[in-house]
Amino acid sequence: MRVRFTVNGQQHVVDDVWPGESLLYVLRERCGLPGSKNACEQGECGSCTVYLDGRTVCACLVAAGQADGRVVGTVEGLAAGERLHPVQEAFVEAGAVQCGFCTPGLIVQAHDLLENASGSPTDAEIREALAGNLCRCTGYEKIIEAVRRAAEARAHDAPTAEREAP
Amino acid sequence: MDFLRPVTWAEALEVKAERPDARPIAGGTDLMVELNFGTTRPTALLDLTRIDELADWERAGERLRIGAGVSYARVVGELGDLLPGLAIAARTVGSPQIRNRGTIGGNLGSASPAGDAHPPLLASDATVEVESVRGVRVLPIDGFFRRPKVNALAPDELIRAVRVDRASGPQQFAKIGTRNAMVIAVCSFALALYPAGRRVGAGVGSAAPTPVRARAAEEFLSGALDWAGGGPVDEEVGRRFGALVAAAASPIDDVRGTAGYRRHALAVMARRTLAWAWHDYREAGTACA
Repeated sequence: MRVRFTVNGQQHVVDDVWPGESLLYVLRERCGLPGSKNACEQGECGSCTVYLDGRTVCACLVAAGQADGRVVGTVEGLAAGERLHPVQEAFVEAGAVQCGFCTPGLIVQAHDLLENASGSPTDAEIREALAGNLCRCTGYEKIIEAVRRAAEARAHDAPTAEREAP
Repeated sequence: MDFLRPVTWAEALEVKAERPDARPIAGGTDLMVELNFGTTRPTALLDLTRIDELADWERAGERLRIGAGVSYARVVGELGDLLPGLAIAARTVGSPQIRNRGTIGGNLGSASPAGDAHPPLLASDATVEVESVRGVRVLPIDGFFRRPKVNALAPDELIRAVRVDRASGPQQFAKIGTRNAMVIAVCSFALALYPAGRRVGAGVGSAAPTPVRARAAEEFLSGALDWAGGGPVDEEVGRRFGALVAAAASPIDDVRGTAGYRRHALAVMARRTLAWAWHDYREAGTACA
């Protein structure tokens, strides 16, 4: 089966896809994008969180053929070249990364929260948004702190961005 | 394995008639787990995510028709006022990623005894619209679930929509689990009040081979509430209601909890949801006076 889709703004055409294959498998094993992690394969851990047509989903639960013609965004698409996305920057600064396995999924999900939140999210909102992303190292406190930092940075930058807008 | 991707409902019905063996897939939150773990190898997958009309809901007067492909996230975001019981239940499903993907139709299709949408749909007298090339059938939801993970669909049928009246009174839902997110219900309970008809609906989840209605509890409570005066619920009425809800279940001991715990928890949830819903009913009465 052939699957054609856009990943991080780039068109991909993948052949010989088994119909029962997941989007996660296609991204990691066929598109050379191993940022989305393969852990539970049942939607429990959130390590494979990606954008599918603008909404975050567990890539392990999307059949490859369902992504045909759709727009996918992975953690690899967040940084601008060598410059990390502010959410990624905040995870580094806060020390929110230990083994790092859950980090890509958390970053995509946190990115979605901050893209769609009006104002700074409360701690309860952050915890709720990240409820489907498991971390077995950090105890979550530093992760929550990273999202707070990213939200603050965004609030700080927002007026500048508006001034710069044409 | 074939991957079948119809783009219209009519085409999907034709495909299902030709290939009754094809497993429908929408959000994939159940079926993809089976595929990933190799516990199922269907001869074909029938992808329903390209059929636009499935992914929408419509309202005609008091009647709502919710397409099978409407996600939990959309129920939470768009139906909170019209169907609070279902919206509260949808809000307890999985995680944001799962709610973005999982659908009401998928919940009915999987027909798990623990499906979170089932108790509120039972309490709200929903019907399930199913269709095949032979025609449409509209099935009352309490006959829809046959056995664990088996529903009333014929092999050539697909779930088109859920039909349900908008809430005419307070609705509540409660669910027991080990944490707030990502739990399969240990047991769950939904309550709907119908002030105009002076009756209640009560649905029990994850405490019997299928989701069930607590009919005796409904009848008892409908007659025991002070609808006209809006007076407080007698403690004995709450206790009796809880006991009748627990009696409607036929739970088992399993990894998530014991039968005894489930019965106890159902009685507690029934009393609590009644207290919340009756509070809302009295508030609404005060607001109108």
